[in-house]
Amino acid sequence: MINLTINNIPLSVEEGTTVLDAARQLNLRIPTLCYHEDLCIAGNCRVCVVEQVGMRNLLASCATPVRENMQILTNSMKVRQARKNIIELLLSEHNSDCTKCYKNGNCELQTMANEYRTGNHIYTDLIPLKHNKVDVSSPSIMKDDSKCIRCQRCVRTCAELQGVNALAVAHKGHEMKISSFYDKPMHEVVCTNCGQCINRCPTGALVERNYIEEVWNAIYDPTKHVAVQTAPAVRVALGEELGFEVGERVTGKMVAALRRLGFNSVLDTDFTADLTIMEEGTELLTRLKKALVDKDQSVTLPMTTSCSPGWIKFIEHTYPNLLPNVSTCKSPQQMFGALVKTYYAQKKNINPKDIVSVSIMPCTAKKFEAQRPEMRDSGYQDVDYVLTTRELAIMIKQAGIEFLKLEDEKFDRFMGDSTGAAVIFGATGGVMEAALRTAYELVTGREVPFENLNITPVRGMEGVREASVTIANVLPEWSFLEGVELKCAIAHGLANAHKLMAAVESGDANYHFIEVMACPGGCLGGGGQPIPTSPEIRNKRAKAIYAEDEGLPMRKSHENPEVTQIYEEFLGHPLGHKSHELLHTHYRARKRY
Amino acid sequence: METKQLSRVDLIFKPEGKEIELLKKKLNEDGDDFILELIDSGLKGRGGAGFLTGLKWKLAREAKADQKYVICNADEGEPGTFKDREILERVPRKVFTGMALCGHIVGATKGYIYLRAEYKYLAPKLKKCMADLNDEFKKIGLEFTLDIRYGSGAYVCGEETALIESMEGKRGEPRNKPPFPVTEGYLNKPTVVNNVETFVNTMIISEIGFKEYKKLGTDHSRGMKLFSISGDAVKEGIFELELGMSLADFVEEFGDGDTKAVQVGGASGFCVPRKKFKETIIGFEGIPTGGSMKIFNSSRSMYNVLHNYLDFFQEESCGQCTPCRVGCQQLLLGIEAVKRRERPSSYLDELMKLADTMKISAKCGLGQSVGNAFVSIIENFREEIVY
Ligand SMILES: Cc1cc2nc3c(=O)[nH]c(=O)nc-3n(C[C@H](O)[C@H](O)[C@H](O)COP(=O)(O)O)c2cc1C
Ligand code: SF4
Ligand code: SF4
Ligand code: SF4
Ligand code: SF4
Ligand code: FES
Repeated sequence: MINLTINNIPLSVEEGTTVLDAARQLNLRIPTLCYHEDLCIAGNCRVCVVEQVGMRNLLASCATPVRENMQILTNSMKVRQARKNIIELLLSEHNSDCTKCYKNGNCELQTMANEYRTGNHIYTDLIPLKHNKVDVSSPSIMKDDSKCIRCQRCVRTCAELQGVNALAVAHKGHEMKISSFYDKPMHEVVCTNCGQCINRCPTGALVERNYIEEVWNAIYDPTKHVAVQTAPAVRVALGEELGFEVGERVTGKMVAALRRLGFNSVLDTDFTADLTIMEEGTELLTRLKKALVDKDQSVTLPMTTSCSPGWIKFIEHTYPNLLPNVSTCKSPQQMFGALVKTYYAQKKNINPKDIVSVSIMPCTAKKFEAQRPEMRDSGYQDVDYVLTTRELAIMIKQAGIEFLKLEDEKFDRFMGDSTGAAVIFGATGGVMEAALRTAYELVTGREVPFENLNITPVRGMEGVREASVTIANVLPEWSFLEGVELKCAIAHGLANAHKLMAAVESGDANYHFIEVMACPGGCLGGGGQPIPTSPEIRNKRAKAIYAEDEGLPMRKSHENPEVTQIYEEFLGHPLGHKSHELLHTHYRARKRY
Repeated sequence: METKQLSRVDLIFKPEGKEIELLKKKLNEDGDDFILELIDSGLKGRGGAGFLTGLKWKLAREAKADQKYVICNADEGEPGTFKDREILERVPRKVFTGMALCGHIVGATKGYIYLRAEYKYLAPKLKKCMADLNDEFKKIGLEFTLDIRYGSGAYVCGEETALIESMEGKRGEPRNKPPFPVTEGYLNKPTVVNNVETFVNTMIISEIGFKEYKKLGTDHSRGMKLFSISGDAVKEGIFELELGMSLADFVEEFGDGDTKAVQVGGASGFCVPRKKFKETIIGFEGIPTGGSMKIFNSSRSMYNVLHNYLDFFQEESCGQCTPCRVGCQQLLLGIEAVKRRERPSSYLDELMKLADTMKISAKCGLGQSVGNAFVSIIENFREEIVY
């Protein structure tokens, strides 16, 4: 243990603790900007400086480990003067038009400027002297360099968590900026649209492309039937934006709010998550049969999941030769979109051209996905607008809905029913768990051999996880699987996916089934989720997801009666002709540069 | 305070020849003894920061690791400094055997010279010299090999941790310290980074002994130093002088009789006006210099001098940290605004506070030293900035 004093209060902390963390143990907050719990220490913004008695220079508290007998002052005159100057320097380089800014109200720079009451801008306004650009080329992400404080959180996110390196520091000195490869537009580079950089940008320099006005216009248009679907992870995070504690489940209130906003039908992506399990599970069993019984060399294993569009774009750029490994299933969002404008339209007797299909997603990559040319199998763009959890919260606020006081409501009966298996799609390992619950039972006629259906080995936040299930006493038609040890792996965060796929490519890994989610923690940590994010926040959301699963009467996808119904009425059977047409897709190789 | 008369020394450029012999001798002696001698000699780094060389080697020797590195900093980017180039042209063997000596003492088997991009023309000769020495080291039973790396043309890459980042193929941005390179340097292994001239000095100490060496210089500034003299000087070029002389003596010798100020230590150093020549000692107790001495006579506009320095810094800042990236721009725009009467002269006081903030809060030596030139020029030549 190391003994020191902070503002004359003695304390002892573990060796290796930073001054910043030591101060936190005394409930002392030191302001930070470049620091982020998920990322390595940069120490570049310098707002966290503190004084060490006896030293001329200040220390960056985020980057300085404690030493024995240190005397730290976090709020001395010297510190305050320097910190104020630094904030003013940042503001002089910043396009401070808060009232027009998308991050207004949830911006770390704004909060800090407010705290320090930096009203009198003493330095020269640098903005008119710079050639800052706003990049709106991507359907998912907006990058406004005039709002950038060069903290490099985005750069570190993209490199450390995602292994993508779409953003980098370019130039030096007064020209230093955050740039894409050769400063190309974001939609022309390797960016996967995952939005993780957005989640960690302290300012309005990186935000989602928002489609709020477009959705309002659709709602106001009396000729349109606006159908909305909501992804599993939204319900465990939306509350954070609207006054609830982190980890509060707000499913019923969310449904009520969506009705009040004026959506004509309020449906659940969880329905197509269940459908995904039927399709993907069947695809996996089919691949296994071809490989194990027919000895078909052309079958590619391991099969990977395909419901994370950030992951899809990543593999298209980075491992195009492994594309045959990816399940051909569309993401639940896109399955839903294709069905809304076909099956649902038929059932409800609405002309599909009059349907506006909106989805509420924890994800920014799904904005890109919805606009892929492959995603028009209904004859129209299957999903018209994708809103993030954050955008939905904005709409709810705009409409003056007192979210905290809403009575819970239920999704529409039709395409609104789902199971706990679908809910857990929102957490890393969830698709794997849902698939195992169904596939195991399909093959053996018995439930998976885990207490209360909770397949705990696939859960957790370890970056890459492995699990295996030995299949025994199978039903006669699955005899080829008798005794097979089904080997699975799970990765979340593209940097982890990168590692896993490198092992697959080199032949070092022999799995049957791999789940990949682009975002750390899975969709619950998606790029469209409430800001801020941290390991603690993601853990709480994960807990909420598993609690939602346990609280539902049905917990296995194949038990969903609406799923049975849609196969009987419309699709035929999993991997059947109609499924193929509407629920499956193909991918394309893309260049890295 | 102790001062020395200005006196020429001729140790650094003395003809080469004895290096391997000296090295061989050191191989059979106790390394701890040499560390003590090196510390006792008082040698401080010649790259600018002035850290005790013996202590640096001691820390690296004590660091536990399977691999350690020795790096010679030949990035020489400080405006007005060209003494390392001269050393590498004339006595490269002294530099390289100094590195090998360091390797032997600290337990490193690999040495790199990080050569300024503009000095690439020296590479063929240096490589030949290194190849010869690599053979000779082997012959005397010293496991140490030399290699070369090239700079990227950025001034900041002379800062030791930016240099290391650059050697690792990354963008040349200074790291957080601690950890210092002696514990986590190149490839996160213990690494000694020393200036070209520092390595030569260690060889001189092992040749003449620390007692003899200590006779040179003052208590705080032992030994001799190469000075790169430029500007309005009667004699320009490289001079080897004993440390600890007064600036008055220096100007007497090198000035053109009309000297109004001397910039000691390049862009990151201090500007000393005539009235302070007498009291100013050139050395660590006064104003240290990595070697650059730029003399200004009365025809020079100190506004232009400062403008040039600030322009240099706003370009050469790596740009990562706020005080330096934005501060440099604000200082430059600030003096321009005052000159153009768009701001009152009192704005200079605001900028002085900013310079102070930069000094104490910037991440590396570059941003921390921008204030040196700024404050010393504004304090002494305020009217030249305003009018
Ligand atoms: C911006 C900046 C540039 C530097 N450039 C050089 C350089 O060109 N050569 C050099 O030897 N040291 C340079 N230094 C100092 C190095 O960081 C380091 O202190 C030195 O190489 C250590 O060697 P020494 O102890 O032998 O002086 C620079 C420091 C800073 C902050
Ligand atoms: S980024 Fe923050 S401080 Fe800047 S304009 Fe937007 S809300 Fe205001
Ligand atoms: S969206 Fe994801 S991939 Fe694109 S720049 Fe941001 S972190 Fe990188
Ligand atoms: S874009 Fe955002 S996260 Fe990236 S450097 Fe700028 S302010 Fe920081
Ligand atoms: S002080 Fe300047 S050169 Fe040093 S890290 Fe900061 S921006 Fe880069
Ligand atoms: S938070 Fe410590 S330097 Fe930015």
